[in-house]
Amino acid sequence: MKRLLQSKLITDYGMVLVLVLLGALVTWATWGEQHPDDPGAGKHLANGIVELPGDDTHVAVVVRQTKSDTEYAEAIATQLKDKGVTVAAIIQARTPRDARVELVKLGEQQVRVNAIATHHFCFSTWGVLQQSALDGLAANYPSLKGVKPFKPASRMGSTFLSKKNLVSILNQNAPIAIMAIGMTFVIITAGIDLSVGSLMALSALITAVSLRDWFGGPQASSLGLYSAFASAMLVCTLCGVFVGLMVTSFQVPPFVVTLALMMMARGCSFILAGGADSVDIQASGAELLYSGTIFGVPNQIVLMLVLFVLAHVVMSHTALGRYVYAVGGNAQAARLSGVPVFRVIIVVYAICGAAAGLAGVLDASHFTSGRPKAGEFYELQVIAAVVVGGASLMGGEGKIFGTFIGAMILAVIQNGLNMQGVDSYRANVVYGALILVAVLLDQLRNRSSRWA
Amino acid sequence: MIDSSSTVPLLEMKAISKSFPGVRALNNVDLTLHSGEVLALLGENGAGKSTLIKILGGAHTPDEGTVFIDGKQTRMDSPTAAQRAGVGVIYQDFNLVPALTARENIFLGQHSHLLGRTKKSEERRKAESLFKRIGIDVNIESLCRDLPVAQQQIVAIAKVLSLDARIVVMDEPTAALTPREVKGLAAVIDELKSQGIGIIYISHRLDEIEQFADRITVLRDGKHVGGRPIGQITRDEMIELMVGRSLENEFPKAKSQAGDVLLTVKNLSRAPVVQNISFSLHRGEILGFAGLVGAGRTETVRLLFGVDAKESGEIWLDGSKVNITSPAQAIRHGICLLTEDRNSQGLVSGMSVQENFGLANMKWFSKLGFVNSKNEGLAFNNYVDQLTIKVTDGSQIAQTLSGGNQQKVVLAKWLQQNAEVLIFDEPTRGIDVGAKYEIYLLMNELAAQGKAILMISSELPEILGMSDRIIVMHEGKVAGEITDPAEVTQEDVMRLATGSVMATM
Repeated sequence: MKRLLQSKLITDYGMVLVLVLLGALVTWATWGEQHPDDPGAGKHLANGIVELPGDDTHVAVVVRQTKSDTEYAEAIATQLKDKGVTVAAIIQARTPRDARVELVKLGEQQVRVNAIATHHFCFSTWGVLQQSALDGLAANYPSLKGVKPFKPASRMGSTFLSKKNLVSILNQNAPIAIMAIGMTFVIITAGIDLSVGSLMALSALITAVSLRDWFGGPQASSLGLYSAFASAMLVCTLCGVFVGLMVTSFQVPPFVVTLALMMMARGCSFILAGGADSVDIQASGAELLYSGTIFGVPNQIVLMLVLFVLAHVVMSHTALGRYVYAVGGNAQAARLSGVPVFRVIIVVYAICGAAAGLAGVLDASHFTSGRPKAGEFYELQVIAAVVVGGASLMGGEGKIFGTFIGAMILAVIQNGLNMQGVDSYRANVVYGALILVAVLLDQLRNRSSRWA
Repeated sequence: MIDSSSTVPLLEMKAISKSFPGVRALNNVDLTLHSGEVLALLGENGAGKSTLIKILGGAHTPDEGTVFIDGKQTRMDSPTAAQRAGVGVIYQDFNLVPALTARENIFLGQHSHLLGRTKKSEERRKAESLFKRIGIDVNIESLCRDLPVAQQQIVAIAKVLSLDARIVVMDEPTAALTPREVKGLAAVIDELKSQGIGIIYISHRLDEIEQFADRITVLRDGKHVGGRPIGQITRDEMIELMVGRSLENEFPKAKSQAGDVLLTVKNLSRAPVVQNISFSLHRGEILGFAGLVGAGRTETVRLLFGVDAKESGEIWLDGSKVNITSPAQAIRHGICLLTEDRNSQGLVSGMSVQENFGLANMKWFSKLGFVNSKNEGLAFNNYVDQLTIKVTDGSQIAQTLSGGNQQKVVLAKWLQQNAEVLIFDEPTRGIDVGAKYEIYLLMNELAAQGKAILMISSELPEILGMSDRIIVMHEGKVAGEITDPAEVTQEDVMRLATGSVMATM
C-alpha cells in the first residue's frame, strides 16, 4: 500500500485518478435505459417516420410545455416538413387531459392524423397515448383512423456520461471554478479570501443597477453592456486591492479582512437591490454572455478553460508565479531576496477579486438579473475546490491544474448525488465527508513520500 | 572517570542500522555511554548524528540493532517509551512554549489526565528543587519568551530532569549562547555528571568539546569511524576523523589587498538596538563584526540592507549617498545579505535550488514577465561548478541540502547579481568543518576579486582568523576597532565586547 501511494503516478496524478474513479462510479450508478428526448433524437425520430410505408403520413407531435420539449418538437416538425411529410399539429400540453382535448379537437375538425410523434416520458406515462386509448379515439373520429404513437428508441447508457450532462456539469460549475483560480493564487501565498461569494453578488448587482441607471436601461447598447460588466469587475478588483493593502500595510490577518468584506459586500448587494429579491436586467443582449456558444461550447466553459490555461502559464512560467510561490513558501526569505512581497500580495487579492467579479457578471447574464443572494456559501465551495486540488492552506504549495481537478471532483460528486436522487440534506453530509476523504488521501500520500 | 570494564554501561546501542528511501543513514553503528560521563558525538552534517539521536529518543525505529539500558534490552518505539526509559533529548530550539511560564513548560504533558487539576504549589516546589539540583536560579513564574536564551536552556534541562532522565542528549546546546553563558552551562554539565547522569553532547565547536567531553565518538557517512578519550586526541585529529582527510589550517586566511573605500556608513541608528554606528568598508577586505549575541550586529546590517527602517544615518556607496528603504533597493545597489538562518530567511526551503537562485535574479532571467528557465538553468549550473555545490540537479528542493551547500546556493544567487558588498551573517553557523573551510576559501577569493565583505561572527577564532579588520559592538554601539587582528587575542576582543574597555587598538 505504501509503495503504491509513493509511485510517481500517484504522487503526480493522484487527484486525476480520484476524478476518474469518481466518474466511473457515477457512470456505474447511473447506468440504465436511456430515453433520448433532445433535438437530435427528434430529428432521428422524424427520419424514421418518413420511412414509414405509404405516402400518406400525417403527424401530430405531442409533448409537454417545457423549453426542451419545444426544441424537441420543433426539430421533429422541421425535419418532417423538409422530407415532405405533413405535420398536422404540434400539441404542447400541460397535462394528459389537455392532450386528449387537443386530439379530440383535431378529430372534430376532421384533420387527418395517423401518426403521433412523442418521447418516452409522454409515451409511457400519458394514458391518452396508449394504443388502446388511441384506438378508442379513432373509433369516434374517422380522421384519426389507424393512428399510432412513435418515440425514439431507448438504449442502455449512463445519464452521467451523456454529452448533455457533462456540458451542463461544466457550465454549472464554471463560476465556482473561475473563482477557484483566484483563490488558488491567494491560498498559495498562505492567505485566504472569504469574500468571493459576496463579491460575486455585489458584481451581479452593480451590473444590473448600473445598466438600469447609467448605461441605457432597456435600450442599452453593447458598449453600455460592456461598460456595466467592466465596472462591476473593476469594483471587485478594487475590493481585492483593498484586502491586499489591509493585509500588507496594516498586517490585518486575511481571514479577518475578508470576513469583514464578505459581510459588507453582501450588505451592499442587498442595499443596491433595494430590498427586492432581484434587480431585472431589461437590456437586450445581456443574456448572450451566458447563453452564447463558441463552436457549440457555451461561452462560460470556454472562458473558464481559457482562464485556467492563462493562470497555469502565469504560475509556472512567469516571474509573478515564481514570486507567488516564494511569498507563500517563506515571505521573509522572499523579501530578503528582493521580491516585492507587498505588491505580490496585493496583486494576488486583486486577481481573486476580479475572478469573483467575473463570476458575478456571468451570474447576472445567466439570470438576466442581479440577485443579492447569488453566491451564498460559494466561498466555502471555492476553498474546498482549491484544497481538494492539493493546495496547502499553509502556503507555498498548489497547482492551477490541481484546482481544476479539485473543482471537477466536487462537481462530479454533486452531480452524482443529484442524479441518485439523494435529497439535499443527505447530499450535504456525503459531500462534506467526501471532501474530507479526498484531502485525507492527499495527506497520506504526502506523509508517505516525506521520508526524513 | 568511571572504569568502563567493571560496570554495566548506562546505555549501549548495538549494530544500529537505518535506511530511508535512497539513503543509508546509519550503517551498523555502536555507541556506549557510561553513567557520569560526557560523550561528544561528532560528525559532519549528514553523517547520521541526528538519525542516531532520533532513534535514541524514540522518534525513529531502527531497521536493525538493539538498545540496552543498564544492560537490559529496551524497545524505544515511541518518544514516550524513550522518556520512560530515562532518555531526555534537548533539541537545539528547546521545544518550549513561549507563552507558558517556566514551571508550566516543565510540567507540560505530565498531568495524569486532561481535566487533572494542576497543583501549582507542588509543581513550584518540584521546579525549585530541580533548579537547585542544576545549580542555577530561574524565575519559575516568568514566561519563557521573556527569559534569556541561556535560561530557556536551563528550563529545557529541568524539563528532562523532571522526567527522571538519566541519559541527557544535548543537540548544539551552545549555538545561541554567549561565551559567558557557555561557562554557566559547563558548570551545569559538571553538576549533572556528579549526579551520575550520562550526557551525549553534539556540537560543531571543537574547543567546547575539548572542554566538556570525557570521550568522543565520530560518525562519518552513517558509519562509526572511531572514538577516543579526550586526552588522547588533538583537534586536528578530530577534524581528520570527521572529514576523512586532514585540513592544513582551520582558517585559510589570505592576506588581501584593501582597495578604495566602497561603502561608508555614517551614524546609522534605530534606538535602542543600533546607536550611531559609523564605519567604512574597503574593496578587497574582510571586515569582521564581533560582539555578544544581542549587541546589535545583525540589526545594524538589517538597517543597511533595508529590511528594517533606519531612524537616522547615511549610507554612501562609491562616494555617493544612496537611499535604501527595502531589500530590493539594497540589491539594486549591489549590497547583498547572506542571513544567519538560511532555512528561515535565506532560502524558500520548499522551492527548488534553481528557483531560489532565480528568485533574486528575475531581471536577468525573465522577459516581459516570462521566465526563461533554460538561461536560468545554464547560469545556475555555472555556479554549481564554480562553487562546487553538491546538488543532483537544479530541481532539488532547497531544504534537502546540507547547510554548507545551502549557503553556497545563497551565495550563487548574489554573485549572479554582481554584488559588490557581501554581508555574511554567521556564515558558518551550523555548517560542518569541511564545508566551513570551503566557505572561507570562497570569501578569500571574493575579496581577492575586489568585493567588499562584511562578516558577522560570534566565533572569536573565526573573527580573528578571517578578518582584515574588526569592529567590536557592545549594546548597540561601536565599542572599538581592531586594525590588526593578528596582534590581538580572543580575550582582547571579549573585553571590548563585554564593555569592560572602550578603546581602539
